Amino acid sequence: MITIIANILIVSSIVFGVIFILVTAIGLIRLPDVYSRTHAASKSATLGVMFILLGVFLHFWLIEGHINTRILLGIVFLFITGPVGGHVIGRSAYLSGVKLWDKSVKDELAPVVAERRKKHEQRNA
Amino acid sequence: MAFQIMLNFFIAFLWMFLSVSFNASTFIVGFLLGMLMLWIMKGFFPGRFYMNRVWAVIKLIILFLKELIMANIQVLVLIIQPKMPIKPAIFALPIVLEKDWEITLLASLITLTPGTLVIDVSEDSKILYIHALHYDDADEAIDSIKNTFEKAIQEVSR
Repeated sequence: MITIIANILIVSSIVFGVIFILVTAIGLIRLPDVYSRTHAASKSATLGVMFILLGVFLHFWLIEGHINTRILLGIVFLFITGPVGGHVIGRSAYLSGVKLWDKSVKDELAPVVAERRKKHEQRNA
Repeated sequence: MAFQIMLNFFIAFLWMFLSVSFNASTFIVGFLLGMLMLWIMKGFFPGRFYMNRVWAVIKLIILFLKELIMANIQVLVLIIQPKMPIKPAIFALPIVLEKDWEITLLASLITLTPGTLVIDVSEDSKILYIHALHYDDADEAIDSIKNTFEKAIQEVSR
C-alpha cells in the first residue's frame, strides 16, 4: 500500500517536471522576443528540473531506503540561482538596447534608462 | 531573534547535561522546554517571540509554492494556444521594502513566478521595473504582488 502511494508521488512529480520542461521548449520556439523567451527559459525550466530532482529524491528515499541530501541541496541551489540568471539576462539585454516586441503594450523603463545614460555621459565628459 | 535562538540552544544543551544523556531525543525535549520558557518570558526580550517569525517564513514558503504552480499552469495555457494572446509590457512597481535582502528576496520571488520578470531596480531602490508576459491592467498586477509577496516578506522582517 505504502509502495503504491510512494510510486504515485514519484511518478506524478516526474511527470509534472517533464511537462514544465516541455512548456519551456515550446515557449522558447514560439515566443516573439528575448524577454518573453527569458520568461520561459528561466523559470518553467527551473521548476521542471526541481520537480524531477524531487521525484528522484523520493524514489531513492521511499523505494531504496537511501536519503541523498545532495539532491536536496541541488534543489535549493537551483532555486536560488535560477531567478538571478533570468534577471541578469533580461537586464543585460535591455541595457544593451535589444528592442521589445512591437506589440508590447507599455514600456515604463525606457525614460529611466535614457536619463541614467545621460547622467553617466555628463559625468564622463 | 538570533539571541533568542542561541538561548534556546543553550537551554537544550543545559537539559542534556542535567539529564546526563547525550542524544538527539534529549536535545529535542530540551529544545521544546526552552521554547516554552522563552515563550513565558517573551516580555523581557526586545522584539517578538522568534517562533512567530519562523511561522511567518513557513507561511511565505507555502504561499510561494502555491503561486508558483498556479502561475506556471497559466503560462502553459497561454503558450499552447494557437494564437497565443500575449501582451508583453514593462511596468513600474513601487515598493515599500527597505532592506537590501528584502528587495532581493522580493525580486527573486517575482522572477520565479511565471508571467513576471524583474528587469531593473531603480537607483534609489524604491521602484522595481518588471516585464510582464500578459499585461492587462497595471493596478491589478501591482495589487496582486503587493498583497501576496510584499505583505508576507514584511511579516517576516517585522
